[in-house]
Amino acid sequence: MEFALSEEQLMMQDSVTRYLADRATLDTVRGLIAAGPVHDAGLWSGLAGLGICGLLVPQEYGGAGMTLLDAMLVQEVLGRHVVPVSFIPTSVLAPLALLAAGTAEQKQKWLPAIAEGRMQVAVGLSEACGARDGAGVTVAGAKLSGRALFVLGAADAAITLLCSSEGDVYAVEQGAAGLERTSLRSIDDTQCLGELNLHDVTAELLPAGEEDVIPRLLDAGRVMLAADILGAAQKMLELAVAYSLERKQFNRLIGSFQAVKHLCAEMAAELEPCRSLVWYAAHAYDAVPEESRLMACHAKAHLAEVGRFVARSSTEVHGGMGFTDLLGLHYWFKRIGCNRQLLGGPERVREEAARVQGWI
Amino acid sequence: MDLAYSPPYQQFRQEVQDFLEKHRQLWPPRSSLGKPSAAMKNWQALLIEQGYTARTIPAEYGGYGGEPDILKSRIIAEEFTRAGAPGGLAGQGVSMLVPTLLEMGSEEQKKHWIPRTLSGEVLWCQGYSEPGAGSDLASLQTRATEDGEDFIINGQKIWTSTAHEADMIFCLVRTEPDAPRHQGISYLLFSMDTPGIEVRPLQTMTGLAEFNEVFFTDVRVPMHSIVGERGQGWQVANATLKHERGMLGDPDIAATRLNAIVQLMQEETVDGTRLMENPLLRDRLLQLQSRVLAMQFNGLRLLTAQIQGADPGIARLIVKLQGCELNHQLAALAIDALGELGILYQDSPRLRNKGAWQRSYMFDLGLIIGGGTAQIQKNIISEIGLGMPREPKPAAASGGAR
Ligand SMILES: Cc1cc2nc3c(=O)[nH]c(=O)nc-3n(C[C@H](O)[C@H](O)[C@H](O)COP(=O)(O)OP(=O)(O)OC[C@H]3O[C@@H](n4cnc5c(N)ncnc54)[C@H](O)[C@@H]3O)c2cc1C
Repeated sequence: MEFALSEEQLMMQDSVTRYLADRATLDTVRGLIAAGPVHDAGLWSGLAGLGICGLLVPQEYGGAGMTLLDAMLVQEVLGRHVVPVSFIPTSVLAPLALLAAGTAEQKQKWLPAIAEGRMQVAVGLSEACGARDGAGVTVAGAKLSGRALFVLGAADAAITLLCSSEGDVYAVEQGAAGLERTSLRSIDDTQCLGELNLHDVTAELLPAGEEDVIPRLLDAGRVMLAADILGAAQKMLELAVAYSLERKQFNRLIGSFQAVKHLCAEMAAELEPCRSLVWYAAHAYDAVPEESRLMACHAKAHLAEVGRFVARSSTEVHGGMGFTDLLGLHYWFKRIGCNRQLLGGPERVREEAARVQGWI
Repeated sequence: MDLAYSPPYQQFRQEVQDFLEKHRQLWPPRSSLGKPSAAMKNWQALLIEQGYTARTIPAEYGGYGGEPDILKSRIIAEEFTRAGAPGGLAGQGVSMLVPTLLEMGSEEQKKHWIPRTLSGEVLWCQGYSEPGAGSDLASLQTRATEDGEDFIINGQKIWTSTAHEADMIFCLVRTEPDAPRHQGISYLLFSMDTPGIEVRPLQTMTGLAEFNEVFFTDVRVPMHSIVGERGQGWQVANATLKHERGMLGDPDIAATRLNAIVQLMQEETVDGTRLMENPLLRDRLLQLQSRVLAMQFNGLRLLTAQIQGADPGIARLIVKLQGCELNHQLAALAIDALGELGILYQDSPRLRNKGAWQRSYMFDLGLIIGGGTAQIQKNIISEIGLGMPREPKPAAASGGAR
């Protein structure tokens, strides 16, 4: 029995952290997203060099063949540095979808390219957890029509994986006839979101899927978003404490005022158990599949709540400075706010947790 | 990350399960923290013999004398919780005094007091808090002056749980009034039958007199009843407080309570509809479930850190604060779900769960306050966990919060 990270996992987290500390400073990130949401190819190739892009791709396809827990640990660091790269769709959801439902040929075609960091994949799952504005994709004669909203991933992704209203996964290629992509602009420019409108678009079915391919993808995506919040919120707590030990008012460090100390203590008390919850949810995805849906729901919902609390409290500790663009605290604030809604807000996700347990 | 137990541990788990099943008829009824019943004492003796309680306490002191094995301790706790079986004695004597004596007591004190405490023969109370010394425990004023081979004690304690039933008290007194606050305190053990002690029960909000005021008037106590050195009582007491805090906020209690609420919400109806159908109550239940799970996994993380001898840092400091609050919130949800039925108490008709939800709701507030208040916990988390400045010390008195 051991509920802890392994040496290798800590080393991997450390190597990603060291890379990003140099390459993804706040100033860099700020510059990269100055003109709107991007997936940054430069940072991506750096991460590819660390072997991160193919973390979940099996070794036979040139990846590292690791588990969702490993991917979760990477995402935590990406959230911590508000890195504008599309790790979740390309390196987590796409490999998992291909492994669960792709043919040998499809895997051969795409997995090595993903592992090498040569290919971006976008993934649309939003309609599987609540279609807005009448979105949805239908299939007629092997062609897709309809609309997919909040598609995760780079605007120039080579392929996009979409789920049909019947629960199948399809791949459509960039530039396919009848496909039109519009960027959706959220509060968080470090994440790319798109809207796809489809009119009889040629698509490739991932045919080998079991019934629960899409729910499994949702589980994985939710754990990853929870991990991203964990990293971002931890950073916001640290920034609050650091600021409180610099800023003086009334001839005292503001960190010596009990109101400020207690706010920081509350953030820490709320956030620390979240780490174990996200670890377990990620671990359960591979090792305890019968619990994985429930745990993914709880991780996503709880991190959304705690993340929101930390984001606003840390901002308050910074006073007016927290509200400015100058300090850039808002990048974390917005990332947390965006993650909260993606793939299901907390109320919706908790409702699913009730169903999973047979309560309703 | 490996949550599997190796075969020897699986076998151990099976043994515990078999034992509990086989001895079901010996399970004593759950009792409060006061004097243990005969059935409870027999159960305690059986559990010690099996190594299911007092596991690592040496046999010469009346324990089982097992090697420390955190996983086995965990398995025992899990299986007792799962079966709903009463565990061993857990009063302040067993949970706080015994570990303190093991750490700081003289050989004679260990040999004399630990066996009697473990067996349930001797019931202890904890005499720390005073009317003027709660969070600021180091300002305590109860005086012990030297008289030949004895101390003469004068002063008052308050909030002393089980003092009205206790045989003995472990008590903080000021022996060196001129020394700095933290260096003038001594830790004494003495009988509650000593002449000059008066116990006045204090009725609490739950309606049960769980704690007391204790008055000392010229109470004569032999000097050798001191634990540790004279003037070292603060260090000895801090060893005890460490054990007290470890005891409060146990996530297994929250998990058991959560399951009871799930059952309640599935069985109870309002307007003929199951409570579980109410989306607002259900959402509250799920929010609390997230918290219970997070605290349980946090517990697994602490357990691993303990096995590895690693410092779990903030993960440990938050347990009392978060755990006690969570238990309180769980009781609050049960009451709200029951609505008007939730206000019934005492021996009322239509009472649910023997009134336990209201009692827990109130008693848990006591636990949020006792053993270091929520605010004191936040001071500790921010100062020790986050490295923020300590409270500035006003000239007169402060600091050394319990
Ligand atoms: C159910 C129960 C059982 C108990 N059993 C025992 C027992 O067996 N033996 C025993 O010795 N004691 C016992 N106690 C006493 C308990 O330890 C004290 O109540 C506790 O330490 C708080 O002290 P106080 O009651 O004097 O409150 P105070 O210290 O007066 O606190 C009042 C309020 O002021 C706040 N406060 C105080 N200091 C600070 C500070 N530095 N920063 C911020 N806020 C502060 C507190 O958080 C609280 O909100 C028990 C208490 C309860 C409720």
